[in-house]
Amino acid sequence: MDHLNEDLTLLRDAARGFLHDRAPVAALRALRDSGEPLAYSRDLHREMAEMGFFGVLLGEELGGTGFGVRAAGLIAEEMGRNLTAAPFLSTAVLAATALMEAGGEALAQWAPKIAGGEAVFALALDEHAKHDPARLSTTATPQGNGHVLSGRKIAVGDAVGADRLIVAADAGGQTALFLVDPAAEGVTVTPRRLLDSRNAGDVDLDGVRAEGPLGSVEIGGEILARTLRTGRAVAAAEQLGGAREAAARTLAYLGERRQFGVLIGQFQALQHRAAELYCRLEECGSLIASALDAIDRADPQAEALSRAAKAKAALVGRQATEEAVQMHGGVGMTDELDIGLFMKRDRAQAEALGDAAHHIDWLLKERGL
Amino acid sequence: MTELDEFRAEIRDWIEANCPPEMRTPMRDADICWGGRKFAFASEAQERWMRACASRGLTVPMWPKECGGAGLEADQARVLAEEMRRVHARPPLTSFGIWMLGPALLAFGSDEQKRTYLPPIARGEIRWAQGYSEPGAGSDLASLQTRGEDRGDHFEVTGQKIWTSYADQADWIFALVRTEPDAPKHKGISFLLFDMESEGVSTRPIRLISGAAPFCETFFDRVKVPKEQIVGSRGEGWTIAKYLLTHEREKIGDLFSGGGMLDPAALAPASIGLDGSGRLADGLLRADLGRFLVDEMAFAAHLGAAQAHMRAGNQLGPRSAEIKYLGTELNKRRLSLAVQAGGLEALDWREGEDPGLAQSWLRTKGNTIEGGTSEVMLGIIAKALLGLPG
Repeated sequence: MDHLNEDLTLLRDAARGFLHDRAPVAALRALRDSGEPLAYSRDLHREMAEMGFFGVLLGEELGGTGFGVRAAGLIAEEMGRNLTAAPFLSTAVLAATALMEAGGEALAQWAPKIAGGEAVFALALDEHAKHDPARLSTTATPQGNGHVLSGRKIAVGDAVGADRLIVAADAGGQTALFLVDPAAEGVTVTPRRLLDSRNAGDVDLDGVRAEGPLGSVEIGGEILARTLRTGRAVAAAEQLGGAREAAARTLAYLGERRQFGVLIGQFQALQHRAAELYCRLEECGSLIASALDAIDRADPQAEALSRAAKAKAALVGRQATEEAVQMHGGVGMTDELDIGLFMKRDRAQAEALGDAAHHIDWLLKERGL
Repeated sequence: MTELDEFRAEIRDWIEANCPPEMRTPMRDADICWGGRKFAFASEAQERWMRACASRGLTVPMWPKECGGAGLEADQARVLAEEMRRVHARPPLTSFGIWMLGPALLAFGSDEQKRTYLPPIARGEIRWAQGYSEPGAGSDLASLQTRGEDRGDHFEVTGQKIWTSYADQADWIFALVRTEPDAPKHKGISFLLFDMESEGVSTRPIRLISGAAPFCETFFDRVKVPKEQIVGSRGEGWTIAKYLLTHEREKIGDLFSGGGMLDPAALAPASIGLDGSGRLADGLLRADLGRFLVDEMAFAAHLGAAQAHMRAGNQLGPRSAEIKYLGTELNKRRLSLAVQAGGLEALDWREGEDPGLAQSWLRTKGNTIEGGTSEVMLGIIAKALLGLPG
């Protein structure tokens, strides 16, 4: 029931075909088994950029296609289906949005590199077990004509091997974003191995000289808010992609596995659970599409929709991957079957950019509850 | 100005000139205009608004003009709906004739049947009831036993229907009747139309746990139904019934969304209070409300997508089961949260047409039963949409 215009349909089909061929689940498994901390393929990154995926949010004058947030969500959903490992969310979505919101020299310098697949960014934001952008201990202290940063960021996606970090810090009571060269003195990026085998690292900042605030210190909070708004909706689309694929593989299994002399998909107990899951996946898809569209339209509901979409994707993703393992039975517990990879990725995605409880709490406060 | 813009301007002026101010206020169940021979208008304005719309075919805007409609195209109907919403105009007429029998007759009826039965529906003159379920045929509807014996120029119908909505107030009934007793279960059913004033028809309202009695038992004792009152051919009733149920499910999904819905999140702070951090003091209820808010937004988005799909000229088909399942399950949660939020203040029992919250809560328990249970919906989804084996 998803009505896409011709451009978006073509883009989605191109992403679907390309990622299925070039970045399937087997590629993630191979990366994992290699133990390589970069955890993505630079060749794939470049090829995805050549397909136009990394410039999806950036205007043509910046080397992008300017297709917008809905389009980014479509690409992300296809990445989710294939568990594609690439610095898309970190760079093409979060960094591109932050740079566009900030404008100026940084945008002109970095946007063409992002669109061209020549630069990787990481958003160094989280400091606690739970995402909480309002509670930052990392400090930005004015020094000379710039700022010096100190603090610790944890589990920063795509931090290993990044060209630049975007560091969120408390600059005298207000949140600001700073560009940091990971090679600068005082920066330590420690690779961290997570369950989903994706690129992540802890970032220690010890008196690091930042390249400058994105935009200005005054508008840092607003830039971060807009960046997270877009990032959440696109991340939700990616999570839904994984959930849909896990459900599709499970459905196929219900139609081939025999026990008690019948296909297990004939059992009503399993049929009803599969159908319930399908309904939740479908309504989640509509919610995410409406959030992505609302951001493109700068609709006043965009913030609430983006948070609801992220929360819903986390809840439905959990349902999908838990059902997938359970309905596959013993084989679902084996490392050999890919289903477990979907569950692992889903768990990490549920926490990234805030879990369901975090966003539901915001929605409730917004309603005076 | 495009043709559609012209149409919008014209319809806007017309609504402005014809929709009484009293018909632009929020409505309760008691304010629904059902029409029919036994219907008493709640106000002069209600009658004036219904008649004005009927005279322009706007009670059934997409039906052909010769059937009492306005013959609007899908995009014009969308504009009309937008303009009606803009001034909060109440629906001029609501009936099973409009949203159930009408589509079935347009798809399966003869030209003469369309000309005979549709205009009185459009004008609000004849109110229809739906004779589907039987005491022994609920979810397994096709096992129905009401029989129609061939008596030459007519069928003689004998049996009992149950859960017949508002049968005691209806003028005519469309009923599923087994006319081919020797055919397989799904092939022996015919779709018959007859007057509730026919000899041998009687009804008895069923009081529900909510105190309301919107459904009846309906008894047929050798009712004569002329053979020209069959829709489609003999034994084709199940096909028509399924088509019609699809429309019913789409509509049921619509009933559980939109601005007029009860908002449990708005009730809770006053009755429960906030804690020191400004959060609802009942943490468990707050968490349930939070998940409800997310699902409410998800369903609104999903229903919007389904409606856009239909406006683009597509049918929902078996996906109506998905809308029905999600919409009704959500509505049960809505009222369950509302009574929990209301606490002792939401236990009052009121007789009459304006039920208390507790009664509304009880009534929602039927949402996931009527029109096909949630379990039947999930079964349809599993087989028709997911392709799981039968």
